[in-house]
Amino acid sequence: MAEIRLQQLAHSYSATPSGPEDYAIREMTHIWEQGGAYALLGPSGCGKSTLLNIISGLLSPSEGKVMFDSTVVNDMSPEQRNIAQVFQFPVVYDTMTVYDNLAFPLRNQGMAEAKIQIKVQEIADVLDLQPLLKKKAKGLTADEKQKVSMGRGLVRDDVSAILFDEPLTVIDPHLKWKLRRKLKQIHEQFNITMVYVTHDQLEASTFADKIAVMYGGQIVQFGTPRELFEKPHHTFVGYFIGSPGMNLIEVKPEAGGVGFGGIHLPLPDALQQRLASTQWTTLKVGIRPEFVHVWDGPFDDAMCADVTYVEDLGTYKILTLDLAGQSLKVRLQEDKPVPQGQAWISFPAQWLMLYADEFLLEAAVNQLPASEVPHE
Amino acid sequence: MSKVQNNKAWWLVLPVFLLVAFSAIIPMMTVVNYSVQDIFDQSSRYFVGADWFRQVLQDPRLHDSLLRQFIYSFCVLLIEIPLGIAIALTMPTKGRWSSLCLIVMTIPLLIPWNVVGTIWQIFGRGDIGLLGWFLNNVLHISYNYAANASDAWVTVLVIDVWHWTSLVALLCYSGLRAIPDVYYQAARIDRASNWAVFRHIQLPKMKSVLLIAVMLRFMDSFMIYTEPFVLTGGGPGNSTTFLSQTLTTMALGQFDLGPAAAFSLVYFLIILLVSWVFYTAMTHGEKN
Amino acid sequence: MKKRETSPWKKIVPLWIYLLFLLVPIYWLVNMSFKTNTEILGGLTLFPQDFTLANYKVIFTDESWYSGYINSLYYVCLNTVISLSVALPAAYAFSRYRFLGDKHLFFWLLTNRMAPPAVFLLPFFQLYSSIGLFDTHIAVALAHCLFNVPLAVWILEGFMSGVPKEIDETAYIDGYSFPKFFGKIFIPLIGSGIGVTAFFCFMFSWVELLLARTLTSVNAKPIAAVMTRTVSASGIDWGVLAAAGVLTILPGMLVIWFVRNHVVKGFALGRV
Repeated sequence: MAEIRLQQLAHSYSATPSGPEDYAIREMTHIWEQGGAYALLGPSGCGKSTLLNIISGLLSPSEGKVMFDSTVVNDMSPEQRNIAQVFQFPVVYDTMTVYDNLAFPLRNQGMAEAKIQIKVQEIADVLDLQPLLKKKAKGLTADEKQKVSMGRGLVRDDVSAILFDEPLTVIDPHLKWKLRRKLKQIHEQFNITMVYVTHDQLEASTFADKIAVMYGGQIVQFGTPRELFEKPHHTFVGYFIGSPGMNLIEVKPEAGGVGFGGIHLPLPDALQQRLASTQWTTLKVGIRPEFVHVWDGPFDDAMCADVTYVEDLGTYKILTLDLAGQSLKVRLQEDKPVPQGQAWISFPAQWLMLYADEFLLEAAVNQLPASEVPHE
Repeated sequence: MSKVQNNKAWWLVLPVFLLVAFSAIIPMMTVVNYSVQDIFDQSSRYFVGADWFRQVLQDPRLHDSLLRQFIYSFCVLLIEIPLGIAIALTMPTKGRWSSLCLIVMTIPLLIPWNVVGTIWQIFGRGDIGLLGWFLNNVLHISYNYAANASDAWVTVLVIDVWHWTSLVALLCYSGLRAIPDVYYQAARIDRASNWAVFRHIQLPKMKSVLLIAVMLRFMDSFMIYTEPFVLTGGGPGNSTTFLSQTLTTMALGQFDLGPAAAFSLVYFLIILLVSWVFYTAMTHGEKN
Repeated sequence: MKKRETSPWKKIVPLWIYLLFLLVPIYWLVNMSFKTNTEILGGLTLFPQDFTLANYKVIFTDESWYSGYINSLYYVCLNTVISLSVALPAAYAFSRYRFLGDKHLFFWLLTNRMAPPAVFLLPFFQLYSSIGLFDTHIAVALAHCLFNVPLAVWILEGFMSGVPKEIDETAYIDGYSFPKFFGKIFIPLIGSGIGVTAFFCFMFSWVELLLARTLTSVNAKPIAAVMTRTVSASGIDWGVLAAAGVLTILPGMLVIWFVRNHVVKGFALGRV
């Protein structure tokens, strides 16, 4: 399989949905390409698990199509799709040994015992489960159980995609990184598509090549961790990624740009034109704490803000500033001097983002990809 | 839950202890007392040691009764446990049908035991009972639970199945409901057949409730008195006379207090022993 | 959630057969309760040709009949109240504390459930006679405690263990005394557990015949005993017997109705 395509997919749990709030997944079109390591990132309740269950076939979407290559698979049961899924809650068959657990899917397929043995040994090797093979699955620790769950997905040779639904939730923190590394290794070794659902941005950025951020039932941005950081397409992405998240301020349009509370922020011409021709109800600017420029002293157009709080975090500091009534966070490298009482800051144009109705507004040149055009 | 060591907790337990002790220890002492004495009347009694026990353990009446009882309990378990599991698997899990199903199934459990006997006593008669009439006149099978020993046996078994299978089914049903959905989902991904799902997921998860079911059914069937008594009075002959009835006849009917008391103790010990064996066997797997 | 495609018929048909199996004998009893004795003995009819309420009238008007129901209901309620009141603190103790002999005590309680009632017939008879409680409701209520209290403790302990200890500790920090905490905070939390326990106490006490009959003669005679002694000179009064039987099923159905939402959890005795 070369790709998983979601075509105008939407899902509502109610039989007669009356408005967008009834939809767990709002209409989306999205492609997952073969062999990629993807993360599906978002807060609880945004529809991540629903989406995963739709891809694997445990749930039938109320609208739209799920396609593997060019075949529509909506009516295919999970047994018929070549997909494995690892759940948040480690599922092992208590009465069987680890070996039998791993062999289970293969036995259900009717594979010959000799072949099963080879495959199970191979996967046990990869997951470091060798010493546990004869042990009953019941007595394992949570991370060992989760490895067995993953093993059951990997052991099948017809599997072309594995879906992970927050699999590290029950794992101890000091074991999480080990398992994450293991997953990365497996991905490189087997070249299977992997979709990893999580609400932890750190997990997402370390595991995935590309992250799909989900919010309110929609994929609001799909890109590399760096793209998500530098150019969030949605205020939620800005807020969710990064620690602390992006500063967001409500503004009104003014001549030459936008403004709030007496502060004027100039915008490039192209962007001003774009703004003028767009309908919007809320307008915000966003800038990441890392990108706010702090001057050593008063400067030309620099704005003056009051320093309300300084947090020292070792290699860097977080300043909380008050700019015309708005609270801002700024990240300062450890070698820079800490402004006392007042700080002089400016927002470099390349990092200042404009958001109309939560979505990024850009000058006409770069259009948002089709999968991210907001649907009402 | 981590419990705190505190002997003052005995104050909380005291009412229960006193109540049950009153109901259990005092009578038990009486029984033990009687079992080692020969009692003619209130004023003349003398110690006979283990005589009654010896007599009781050699009494052929008792052997017969005991054998009958074991066979009966064995049949009961053999039928009711698998049937209960099977019914639990077919019960709907939500919606109005689910409530209705639960209510209908609980009804037999709440009928006084003598009424259970009466219902079937009527139901099974050839003249006024639907079942009796149906068997005799429509299927032309001659059926008379009052005269024919095997008919009586079958009827008593059917009564028990009618009366108590719901308990097993409801216990298993609650066990099944506690299985998280995730297990079924994983099984589908693993392409497991229905049988594999039953064997590897449902059955193991039902172990604790099955234990309760087996023990309750064994204990209660081993102590059964009312239903067979109302139906056949123990007959024809003594083909449906089980242990409790034999004991009751000895104690109240014939007033053989000594042997009755000895028998009581033996009876109690048998139940205790077999229950313990069941319990250990079923939890043995857990110890690994 | 898309479930696996087993034909629904494979599930529905056996279930319905079983449910019919349960209902048909009861239907027959109800059927009979609305017939006259002549019709019953005359021939087999699926519905009463001569529909009559006379049988029920007898029960509601004849004191020897309706007193049986009142007696039964009385001691069953007594028993439920007593069992619950003593079991609640005890279950709390088992759930929250370890104390000297706790495991042995718990096991001993359960063994009482295993004792054949027949074993206790005579001793109870003598015991209650000697303290002057023979033929009273309280005697039967207390006697039934032998089986119901262990069960109540077992069920309640299961439910109580599901309530985290942190709730107790928070209440104490907030200044609640133990009785106040127990009454105002803890009991509402295990409400369904109490309902289920009451259901089981009711059930086992309502249906028990042997002890109830042995310990009573006239004043506290339960309906079960009244029914088993209904043989008059003209033979068994089937119609009235059937009506009496139907009336004994009704309280049970009422009780099920009240706890129907908790039946499932309750049947696992809080231990699933």
